[in-house]
Amino acid sequence: MSGASVLYDVPGPKARARNRVYSVLGALAVLGLIAFAVLRLDAKGQLDPKVWEIFNYAGVRTGIRDGVLTTLQVFAVAAVLSLALGLLLTVARLSDHQPIRWLATGFIELFRAVPLLITIYALWVVLLSNRDALGLTGSQPQFWALVAGLTVYNGSVQAEVLRAGINAVPKGQREAAYALGMSKTQVMTTVLLPQAIRAMLPTIISQLVVTLKDTSLGYIITFEELLYTARLMSTNIIVNGNDTYIPVIIVIGSIYVAMCLALSALANWIERRGRRARTGIEVAPAAEPVAAADAAEGAAAPAGTKD
Amino acid sequence: MNVLLDYLPEFRDGFLGTLAITASAALLALVLGVLIAGFRVSPVPPLRAFGTAWVTVLRNTPLTLLFLVAFFVVPQILFQGASPYVLGTLALGFYTSSFVCEAVRSGITTVPLGQAEAARSLGMTFSQTLRLIVLPQAARTVIPPLSSIIIALTKNSAIAGAFGYGELFNVSKLLNDRGYPIAWIFLWTALAYLVITFAVSGLFRLLERRLEVAR
Repeated sequence: MSGASVLYDVPGPKARARNRVYSVLGALAVLGLIAFAVLRLDAKGQLDPKVWEIFNYAGVRTGIRDGVLTTLQVFAVAAVLSLALGLLLTVARLSDHQPIRWLATGFIELFRAVPLLITIYALWVVLLSNRDALGLTGSQPQFWALVAGLTVYNGSVQAEVLRAGINAVPKGQREAAYALGMSKTQVMTTVLLPQAIRAMLPTIISQLVVTLKDTSLGYIITFEELLYTARLMSTNIIVNGNDTYIPVIIVIGSIYVAMCLALSALANWIERRGRRARTGIEVAPAAEPVAAADAAEGAAAPAGTKD
Repeated sequence: MNVLLDYLPEFRDGFLGTLAITASAALLALVLGVLIAGFRVSPVPPLRAFGTAWVTVLRNTPLTLLFLVAFFVVPQILFQGASPYVLGTLALGFYTSSFVCEAVRSGITTVPLGQAEAARSLGMTFSQTLRLIVLPQAARTVIPPLSSIIIALTKNSAIAGAFGYGELFNVSKLLNDRGYPIAWIFLWTALAYLVITFAVSGLFRLLERRLEVAR
């Protein structure tokens, strides 16, 4: 919106005519792309009604439903655990004891730097080879490797987000709390954390969107979540001598996009609500933090009360 | 410990593989991202809608799903027999382009209004304003988020290894299959990624200092 107004004025008659021409050309180009895709799909027989009829079968539907449920299950467990770990790491990182601070910093830096897939894979190998000792059966090693991997990575990121939030709380709050005779724990739990969490809630939820998307890494360690189920179905169901990757992927993709959009919408709604309140603490933007460093910097910058 | 020394050539190839796919995907993402950002700020509604749809869909799709599309759908309907390197670059590049687009777009909004107004009053067209005045200035504010995006891209490239492209994750899988302890493999791979991400952020910090300008 504001980006647009920077670049051009309210168009006059000539510009309007020109823009109309561009609009038509642009629309034609976009439509052309879509038409090309549709034609290619048609040429490969992917638009045959028979191909799409697979979604009428109860087996396919239950497969997708179970996949969604497993994905949501992993997400729920990983989300709760990562938030708990994030809280713990934040407190540890702000601790007065140097060894604890170092340990927490090392943990956060290590797991943020390593690709999540590699962490999950290493955990999977460890869990699989100790399967009997740990009493894990069936697909439990995959489940816990995925959950643990998501937890350590997103917990580290959430810790950085929370730390930025705590740094954004005006210094006077902490000083006033100590002046009232509160203990360190009380200052943290009743003064700093509630305000930090409130200010950072949009970013925290946006990071949960990342967590939700990353559950699909379970595919690679053969955990039967939504994507893996989809892969299995599309190779197993053969229509007209073709596998059914395209229709299944289109449906699964829409489900993922819908789930993530719902979560992002929540983050945006909270951001808007937060802006209405006048707490003096800047509410973090709901934009998805690409990397954790980004989240910390971006959040701390507008508040400008780093100490 | 000796897993690194025993398999130095494999580790080297994996390291170079990660570098290669990261570089080509970054290039694709930059080109596409800037183009789509241009669409999103243009006065032409269909292009704006296309840009919005592009960013919304790609940002909310798991990268693993995009890899699935690249490796199983693209060969079926577009070109057969493309190498994992090309297909991996496509998946990573398209995914990352949506983040680049948003970074560039928010960079554009930080350019003072007067700059574009002055450009217009000199009679510049939209594309001239964007190309000569706004984008060069936006580039400076875009550098820090871009650095994070490239680092995220480096880490995401691990997924290409799971789809058969030879890079660091692929090598760790290979060595694990040969029975080496996973802890050492994990540490060496982590170190390799750290080397790349430190280099990327160092490079971008250098770039930032070079392009720094008082505003």
